[in-house]
Amino acid sequence: MAINTPRQTSHLKREILIRLIKAFLSDNFPENARLIPYQMRPKDYEAAYRCCVYKERAILRDRTIAGLGLSIEETDDSTHMAELAEHVLARTEPEENPLTVLQTACKGCVPSRIYVTDLCQGCVARPCVNTCKFGAISVKNGKSVIDPEKCKNCGMCVQVCPYQAIAKIIVPCENACPVGAIAKDENGHARIDFDKCISCGKCVSACPFGAVHEKSQIIDVLKHIKAGKKVIAMVAPAIFGQLPCSPKQLKTAIQKLGFAEVYEVAQGADVTTKTEAKEFEERLLKGAEFMTTSCCAGYNELVDKHISELKPFRSDTKTPLYYTAEIVKKEHPDAITVFFSPCVAKRKEAMKNDNIDYVLNYEEVGAWFIALNIKVEDCDESSFKTEASAEARNYAVTGGVANAVKTLLPEELPVYPVVIDGLNKQSIRDLKKYAKNGVCELGNLIEVMACTGGCLGGNATVNSFKPALKQLTNYVKESKSLKSEEISES
Amino acid sequence: MDKKISVKVCLGTTCFVMGSANLQELIETVPAKYGDKVDVSGVPCLGLCSIDWEFSKAPYVKVDDEVIKEATVEKVLKAIDEKLK
Repeated sequence: MAINTPRQTSHLKREILIRLIKAFLSDNFPENARLIPYQMRPKDYEAAYRCCVYKERAILRDRTIAGLGLSIEETDDSTHMAELAEHVLARTEPEENPLTVLQTACKGCVPSRIYVTDLCQGCVARPCVNTCKFGAISVKNGKSVIDPEKCKNCGMCVQVCPYQAIAKIIVPCENACPVGAIAKDENGHARIDFDKCISCGKCVSACPFGAVHEKSQIIDVLKHIKAGKKVIAMVAPAIFGQLPCSPKQLKTAIQKLGFAEVYEVAQGADVTTKTEAKEFEERLLKGAEFMTTSCCAGYNELVDKHISELKPFRSDTKTPLYYTAEIVKKEHPDAITVFFSPCVAKRKEAMKNDNIDYVLNYEEVGAWFIALNIKVEDCDESSFKTEASAEARNYAVTGGVANAVKTLLPEELPVYPVVIDGLNKQSIRDLKKYAKNGVCELGNLIEVMACTGGCLGGNATVNSFKPALKQLTNYVKESKSLKSEEISES
Repeated sequence: MDKKISVKVCLGTTCFVMGSANLQELIETVPAKYGDKVDVSGVPCLGLCSIDWEFSKAPYVKVDDEVIKEATVEKVLKAIDEKLK
């Protein structure tokens, strides 16, 4: 599976964010926010994606609404954009559901189904007819025909056709969603069922129209900084693979945005590792068959909403973000905390935790640097007050969490890490099976990452996976191992 | 021997965020495809983004003196092929 492929839709989303930030910093935010679609599609512009500039502007308006952190579905088309901007300036809390769908972009997608193409030869063997368990295929006028009433979309006929003449037509968002939370409604518009949604962000990455948007909190954060509040950034380790600069340069760059201080969430990851290692050992001594990690917000949502039988097996240890936010609020009770996230799932986690006020993703942070013309690669270096361990910084890479926990466990303890590298329908089936049987035949320490590749594969990352991995790994290599810390402490 | 074609992928902040992060693969694939006919490298900010609102046309790639706006892997390879004709 490809990880985080580059897309024109990302370019559009980022351009809107940059323009929104510039508008906010201008002397007339509401008016300049209103003008964004017109600046991006001026009168003489030749429409590149849609029928005409008018439709493109309408779509850009909707995308801007998501940039303002509002729900596109619930916003009336007739409401003046400037009015919406005013409303956002007045709000005190971000909206609850973190995703919104640009439904006007959904029209083109045809519903998922199995389709017999013209390539069907009406052959003698007819494996499609014979394989179909539901008796949905018959041959009429020398061609296979599918009865939509009987077809269950299982795709067996697609696999057996010797001419590859049967196609499975998919809706990319529906196909990517591992929990069936997004589907087309009766009007052909994709709709997210937030009771089911685990905020994994896979639909955001999958939609070729970029129709699924995160509701941005960038204006809320800008507002606090403009008001002179003490705003503190907490950056997840994945960020150190995202931009063309060193971690210490990035710290300076973030301070230039107006943040009073920058904490590495890896600092909290060190607490997670220690707590989780202790917990794992205790569980094993009590006879537990296996334990899963608990740091991935997408996975935690999955367990809470869909696999409650897995709860007893999930570590009770809190996430690195939880511990980091706790430390920050203790040291700065008056501060506003902002988590810099590689994915949408952390927005849900933040909403449930009073110590985390806002979440920005890496696209938003990148856009902010551009809007202020901060060149991260030219920034001076400044050090983090607390240095995190190599293992903690490697949490962002699949396998990193299990490896960190293993590092702290006694050698005689039988530890067999298993890595679930990305949630999909198959890995969810596997997890359900482990919960049901009370045992995982592959090992006893199961690390679960919702995104393939770990946090570096998150839906809101900027860098592509391989160079990001290389960059982060260099940082991990120059960091101190937990092992050496243990030796120095004893 | 003909002069080598020079390909410069801008890896300044603006270009990086707007998509040149995804053009880094060119630095590996171009030499594999064209051998020593093409010199490809990632370079610091070329300064093309700072002109007014031109960030929206990032990422930029320079193929010899030709500036490619909103560069993609395909656009850059096409420009190289044109030069080699």
